[in-house]
Amino acid sequence: MERSPATTKGTSPVAEEPELTIVSTTLSVREVRKVYGKTVAVDGISFDVNHNEIVGLLGPNGAGKTTTINMILSVLEPDSGTIQIEGIDIATHRSQALERTNFAAVYAPLPGNLTVAQNLRVFGLLYGVKDLSKRIQVLLKSLALESFQNVKCGVLSSGEQTRVSLAKALLNQPNLLLLDEPTASLDPATARDIRTKIRELAADGETGVLWTSHNMVEVEEVCHRVLFLSRGKILLEGDPKMLPREHGKKTLEELFITVAREPLSLEMG
Amino acid sequence: MVTNRTAAVMLRQFYLTRGSFSRVLPLFLWTAIDIVLWGFITKYLTTISTGAPFVPMLLGAVLLWDFFARVMYGVTTGFFEDVWSRNFLNIFATPITISEYVSGLVLWSIGTSIIGLVAMVVLASTLFGLSFLVYGLTIVPFLLVLFLFGIALGIFASAVVLRLGPAAEWFIWPIPAVISPFVGVFYPLSMLPWWMQYLSHLLPPSYVFEGMRAIVSGGAASWMTLLWSGCLAVIYILLASWFFTRIYRYAVRTGLIARYSAESVS
Repeated sequence: MERSPATTKGTSPVAEEPELTIVSTTLSVREVRKVYGKTVAVDGISFDVNHNEIVGLLGPNGAGKTTTINMILSVLEPDSGTIQIEGIDIATHRSQALERTNFAAVYAPLPGNLTVAQNLRVFGLLYGVKDLSKRIQVLLKSLALESFQNVKCGVLSSGEQTRVSLAKALLNQPNLLLLDEPTASLDPATARDIRTKIRELAADGETGVLWTSHNMVEVEEVCHRVLFLSRGKILLEGDPKMLPREHGKKTLEELFITVAREPLSLEMG
Repeated sequence: MVTNRTAAVMLRQFYLTRGSFSRVLPLFLWTAIDIVLWGFITKYLTTISTGAPFVPMLLGAVLLWDFFARVMYGVTTGFFEDVWSRNFLNIFATPITISEYVSGLVLWSIGTSIIGLVAMVVLASTLFGLSFLVYGLTIVPFLLVLFLFGIALGIFASAVVLRLGPAAEWFIWPIPAVISPFVGVFYPLSMLPWWMQYLSHLLPPSYVFEGMRAIVSGGAASWMTLLWSGCLAVIYILLASWFFTRIYRYAVRTGLIARYSAESVS
């Protein structure tokens, strides 16, 4: 098994967060490229996600965020480049790498024809979760899903389905958690609860999180670091609280709009 | 070896079937209707002919052919459950390997096809007097060859749907009907034109039905021929598994898995 030494130093934390002591990398993406026909979806991007770190992957629609996440999840093969999870190359040791990974995405709800508990049991077995029944109960309680455990996922509200997807994503206590717009369909109160839980997860355990969102206020609140992706390239990287000022913008949202509309101005700058 | 991940695939099918009347009923309903229909046809033919063994010859053939179809549908329906619930991204982003996934579908199919077989045998023997004792011990290789070939076709059909998209399932349901004229379910292969006979010799069920007719006519099935048909069926399983793996790799390379429900086939 290919394991690389974990030596990446951390980045500065956001306000309200305890000082981070990041000593290792959970995700390492190097020179990854994906082309569909004549369209370059992802153009040789490189970045890391460290343990205990929440990294925001931002960009307009079609920037390459979901393509990047799909490649990390090994459901899409890069044309070139390498991806390592906990130092394990997903191209050569897919199963071992994915045992340490999980994800939740609005476009990948769990099967609606199984109950919440049945889905969690099936995916718990797929991820090789030990003491599965206990783990399921902990997650049901933690995500306020106890009363829905025998309800079929298909009849839950979109917010409840999102919480079930998050429960699935946390089943194996992953070292790398990929969240593609995890709070998109949640009411503000539930979204805040979820953000708090994810921040606690990153702070307390070993988990590194790659988070995509179009809600810049949320990103600023949650992420330690952000990567701005446009036309398949990483244009900007840095602390979401500092980055707007560094580029002459008042807010992260203003910076986002500039990235979406005038990426060349930032590239040249 | 049954891993936890293979067990997960089977458990998912079990949960789906246990709670669903519309999934339980097809395990034996259509085969039961076939048995009843052909039971009465054979009964009628027996009354107008002079002692020809129609029950073991025709009804037995229907039973064996339905068993084969049931095995194939057992694999494909398990696969279609993931197609219908748009579950590919969730499933294939887990550590599961292709061999574990396919093994789960095959093992589930063993269970469901045995249920169908038991229902058919009970119905055919109680209502129409069909006895498997007529075929002697050769019923074991008969069932085994049909089972193996059903698995092979089920894996192949799943790969076709993976490649062509959800709408391609309509290519899959008629497969047994398309094959049946070539394998001589109801007539000897010598009835077929030469080009169909060539194809028949490439299909393992042909040897089963030729053997069955030989036994019913008072002769014996060739064990060497049955061994050859078993080997042929195993070869088809290996080829189908290779084909599925190639299609899966293609789907991962092109992004088909991630965008499956969009039917973005190029």
